[in-house]
Amino acid sequence: MITVNALHKTFRTHQVLKDVTTTIPSSCITAIIGPNGSGKTTLMKCIIGLVRPDTGTIDVDGMTALDNPECRTMIGYMSQVARYPDNLTPQDLVAMIRGIRKGQRDTADELIAEFELEGHMRKPMRVLSGGTRQKVGAVLALMFTPSTVLLDEPTAGLDPLSTERLKERILAMRSQGATIAISSHVLSDIQELADRIVYVQEGIVAYDGTVQELYMQSGETSLGKAVTSIIRRSGALRS
Amino acid sequence: MHRAYPGGENTLRHLLSVAANGDTIRVMPGVHRGHTFDIRTSITLLGQPGAVIDAASTGSSILLVNADDVAIRNLTIRNVAVSYVDDNAAIKVIQRQRVAITNCRIENGFFAIYLSKSSNCRVTGNTIIGTERDESNSGNGIHAWTCRDILVSDNSVSGHRDGIYFEFMRHGTVMRNHSWRNARYGLHFMFSDSCSYKTNTFEYNGAGVAVMYSKWIEMFDNNFQHNWGPTSYGLLLKDITDGHLRGNRFVHNSVAIHGEQASRILMHNNTFVRNGYGLRILGGCELNTITNNAFDGNTFDVTTGTRESNNLFRENYWSAYDGYDLDRDGYGDVPYHPVRLYALLVEQMPSAVILMHTAFITILDLTERIIPTMTPETLVDSKPLMRPSTMQP
Amino acid sequence: MMTILLRYVVRDVLRSKWLALYLTFFAAVTEGLLYFTAGEAKTVIGLMNVVLLLIPLAAVVFGTLHVHHNRDFVELMLTQPVSRPSIFGALYLGVALPFMAAFVIGVGVPSILHGVAFTAPFQALIGTGCALTMVFFAIAYFVGVAIQDKATAMGAAFLLWLLFGVVYDGVILGVTVAFADYPLEMATIGMIVGNPIDLARIIVMLTFDYAALMGYTGAVFQQFFGTTTGIMVSTLSLALWTLIPVYAGYRTFCRKDW
Repeated sequence: MITVNALHKTFRTHQVLKDVTTTIPSSCITAIIGPNGSGKTTLMKCIIGLVRPDTGTIDVDGMTALDNPECRTMIGYMSQVARYPDNLTPQDLVAMIRGIRKGQRDTADELIAEFELEGHMRKPMRVLSGGTRQKVGAVLALMFTPSTVLLDEPTAGLDPLSTERLKERILAMRSQGATIAISSHVLSDIQELADRIVYVQEGIVAYDGTVQELYMQSGETSLGKAVTSIIRRSGALRS
Repeated sequence: MHRAYPGGENTLRHLLSVAANGDTIRVMPGVHRGHTFDIRTSITLLGQPGAVIDAASTGSSILLVNADDVAIRNLTIRNVAVSYVDDNAAIKVIQRQRVAITNCRIENGFFAIYLSKSSNCRVTGNTIIGTERDESNSGNGIHAWTCRDILVSDNSVSGHRDGIYFEFMRHGTVMRNHSWRNARYGLHFMFSDSCSYKTNTFEYNGAGVAVMYSKWIEMFDNNFQHNWGPTSYGLLLKDITDGHLRGNRFVHNSVAIHGEQASRILMHNNTFVRNGYGLRILGGCELNTITNNAFDGNTFDVTTGTRESNNLFRENYWSAYDGYDLDRDGYGDVPYHPVRLYALLVEQMPSAVILMHTAFITILDLTERIIPTMTPETLVDSKPLMRPSTMQP
Repeated sequence: MMTILLRYVVRDVLRSKWLALYLTFFAAVTEGLLYFTAGEAKTVIGLMNVVLLLIPLAAVVFGTLHVHHNRDFVELMLTQPVSRPSIFGALYLGVALPFMAAFVIGVGVPSILHGVAFTAPFQALIGTGCALTMVFFAIAYFVGVAIQDKATAMGAAFLLWLLFGVVYDGVILGVTVAFADYPLEMATIGMIVGNPIDLARIIVMLTFDYAALMGYTGAVFQQFFGTTTGIMVSTLSLALWTLIPVYAGYRTFCRKDW
């Protein structure tokens, strides 16, 4: 479970997160959605520690996440399309992550097989395609079966088959009790996976609830329309 | 024929007092102690192998030549008393003629051979080894004051203030000497006209040769090398006119030639290799002619303190010259300006020397060469040699 | 933890063609100078000119680029249970040390073959070259971390190189000209010690009898650097020039949002 309380973040003069408070429960897939630049990636980066919030607190399974490398032992993070050092191989990266998380049990070999990466493991990263690099990113994020998973646009650049495999993985981890947060532009993915929606707009949480609640409140039957209706309502709220 | 023994009746001092003109005294092996041996007649003093005259650093000079036509040969003389009042010497010759000092060995002479107001004397083949002291506490190796027609040749002089010192000399000749490790100069001319020095080697001295307040000095085929230090140079030309430098080699001196008020000097077929400064011509150096010399790998080939120059540079070889010779006549087609802007700056502001070998200075020099603004325009070799001249005059 | 990260940063850099090029270049220049140039002083001066310009340039360019080029790799490390100081340490040392080693091997092997490696000038040259590597990679890392935009960061790094390598000496000359009537020796020592490139140059030049060329000023310098104070002050200067940018880079890195 991730508890975010009164989170503020300003980049120079631009206020990206304004008093974000939300709870992302375990055994559940939470979709963090919102328009471009709404602050959803910043929120995720705050949880993983890439961005340092100005004020507010974040707890992951009861442990503070701010300035606490220890906390990241149980978090797996998969970023948007990643570039890795030109001259290292996926093999090197997997070995490096293993070295860092010494003693933790890992399922890297299983994942490598699942994403059909065996043939690429010894090639330098610079020769691999964007999709392959994304799959390597998935392996690195999921290999330690983290209890908390943060996925930032995980399916971008992936082929349909790998997308399916990744979704299966995510669903399996939910059934094992993991806390899962996904940010995505692909509404069909969200419709398929998400149990809960956190809708972020201009740095505030405009909607926070289950998908069922969303349908009921909006009276719509498709996620797209439901979301549109929220946007309209939040606009009304502000004015 | 007399034989002088260290002990007994026939001591050197006794024999000197009885010897007649034309006599020879053989100085027999052994240590003859004492000083102030007075030579009053025209004799030959002949050292036998192992004969040593030792003053044990007491008294005054050791041999005093007070007669003309004296010859002193093959003697070892040592330990002259140091004095700050008297110029004590191993052999002192005052107001005499035709004295020859040959193949002697002088160790720890304060002054070794001292000639005053004498003429037609010869100092040849001697080995003179001083005790290395600093400049103010040591005397000169071969010292000649107000003399005429003196020949100094084939000596080796080290460990003195000046190896060879001439003051008010006329027609002095210095040949084939090796003057080294002297505290001040290897060879020093003051107010001495019409002298010459040839085929000598001056190395590891405080400075190689100083020619000051003199005229008509011939300087041929000498080696000036390893005279290295913050205040050192190979050859100092100060207030001199009408000198002639030919065929000398200047290797690895911090300054090869330092000129002040040196005029009408003819300088040709000399070689300047790996010196800090090749030619450093400061104020009042005028109407000098510098031709057919080779400047090879010096940090600064030529420096000058002024923008004006009426010295003639022509047909020299410059290793730093990067021009071309399209018509293949052996001379570069573009004139060469040997003075770098940086050299000029250093002459005017010595502490700028700390920027030596910086990129900034390289850029500055390059800019100056493209657009000359400060370096002397008239100091130019209009016909630089493409290859060092091998031609001898 | 840092050593694990260091191993992979080093592995990446070791496989870089730039490092191979760097090593080959120094080996070729050293061998060329030793082979074709007569006289130790000339060889050392030639090599010194290359070292003093190229090490800082390569360091600022490659160091700044490296930070920007490896953003995602840095992010990957940041999302692992590793503290930020360890990551910064691994990045800085992981790049600076291979470049230092490439320089030492590039200059060292030919000079060992020519039997000059253990002479004072070569030792000074290799030592100051290593110090400059540390100094300028530290500066590069600070610039790379502090400036978000790649082109701006590169521009800033290049300007810093120009400042230390060229402009600074112009300022010294300007001061020398402006205060020509005053005794400037101590002031020049201060200015020289303030710039790692100038300091390296003077240390190398004082190891062979070049100081004599520098007249009275040279004598003052030789005296200064001959004393324990002089050695301590110059070591301190190079250490500070490494530690201050490393610290600034470290602070910026630890507070940075990725």
